[in-house]
Amino acid sequence: MTGEVTLLVPRLLQPLVGNSAELALDVGDGATVAQLLDAVVAEFPVFGRRVRDETGALRRYVNIYLDGEDVRRLDGLKTRIAAGQELMIIQSVAGG
Amino acid sequence: MSNGAESDNGALTLLAVGTKKGLWLGTSEDRENYTFTGPHFLMQEIPSIGIDTRGGRTRIMVGLRSEHWGPTVAHSDDFGATWQEPELGAITFPADTGAALERVWQIQPDSAERPNVVWAGCEPISVWKSTDGGEHFELNRGLWDHPHRSEWGAGFGGAAAHTVLPSPADPDTIHVAMSTGGVYRSTDAGGSWMPRNKGIGASFMPEETPEFGQCVHKIARDPNHPEVLFAQNHGGVYRSANNGDSWDYIAAGLPADFGFTILTHPRRSDTAWVIPIAADYQRIPPDGQLGVHRTDDAGVSWTCLTDGLVQPEYNVVLRDAAAVDTFEPVGLFFGTRGGTVYASADEGGHFVPVLNQLPDVLCVRAAAVGLA
Repeated sequence: MTGEVTLLVPRLLQPLVGNSAELALDVGDGATVAQLLDAVVAEFPVFGRRVRDETGALRRYVNIYLDGEDVRRLDGLKTRIAAGQELMIIQSVAGG
Repeated sequence: MSNGAESDNGALTLLAVGTKKGLWLGTSEDRENYTFTGPHFLMQEIPSIGIDTRGGRTRIMVGLRSEHWGPTVAHSDDFGATWQEPELGAITFPADTGAALERVWQIQPDSAERPNVVWAGCEPISVWKSTDGGEHFELNRGLWDHPHRSEWGAGFGGAAAHTVLPSPADPDTIHVAMSTGGVYRSTDAGGSWMPRNKGIGASFMPEETPEFGQCVHKIARDPNHPEVLFAQNHGGVYRSANNGDSWDYIAAGLPADFGFTILTHPRRSDTAWVIPIAADYQRIPPDGQLGVHRTDDAGVSWTCLTDGLVQPEYNVVLRDAAAVDTFEPVGLFFGTRGGTVYASADEGGHFVPVLNQLPDVLCVRAAAVGLA
């Protein structure tokens, strides 16, 4: 079954995705968070480098929540995502 | 530092100041009064800047790093009015390395004879070469696969190749300085690298002068004799007259032999500047008195230059937070971790603060450039 998921983009990254606060993305059965990000990165590669490093790892101070749950507490970027769910990217508390 | 090896005919001084929270760009027509723009890249760390004046173009390249969004490289060909960032990144580790870029510590244009070549030194310890003017860099595999890699350490700021010095006389010779690891030299265009630290101390290691492992903070090359190098070490100022094969201690006339930065003159041999710090366990200017020390005789003697510097000063000057331009007399610039940037139009004879209360100054570069 396919459908849409919503990706909420933090303000600082919105210029990198066409000044959009949220993206509606098609998702197929069994898709993972990583695959969803891959789809966004194909169109917006600089956005991709802000969120993940070149090994594909989520940057240390970037958090992704799936329906309010930190994906690091689920299965990380391998967490499966289904139509109707919402992904939110938030920068964590860091810096000085 | 500009690539200029000759007295310029540029009309402007371009001064670039990278801080922990953004970049400031200044220009001056009279070398006294500067007009600044910035902060560019507010809230991003700017650990490295390269100003490339070759080919009749002024390109400003900056290493950027956001605590959240990671490192990248951008460049501007219009004095910072617009910036370009390659979509796939100028510096990204190949997949087989399993590594990820942490910070770009050095962006160094090569000589005028190699106009599109730009070098970068990065964390994790790595050297990169661009042949397209700094838009894309390729990892140097000789250093990345070096058998010493597992024994290199990390200074407080991270494990990085922080200095890359291509030789203007020989395209096959390149020196790299890393913390910690020391000085390495390639004589086959980066195919292989040999440690070149004989005579340089390592007070933090059991062996007094190990083959490698030193914490060299900065090296600089003589403008007329490329085989002559100067080094500011983590304890010790040194000079090599033989391409780094051996080093002689030249800090006897300094108030302290610890420090981060060292500069050479763009045209005159035997001249170098250092800015001493009391000790590794007391990281302030000696007795809280900021001083730039210049030698004009290859380190036999040093003159302390303080005219115009506000005292006392308890902030240090980091390894890349100082630069020279190519005017005659040479301009000397540096910034402190307290956010003051000084400029001198007479080789350090008199300093004027041109910026104050910035975030920690990480990198300063200056160049003579044509009118925008």
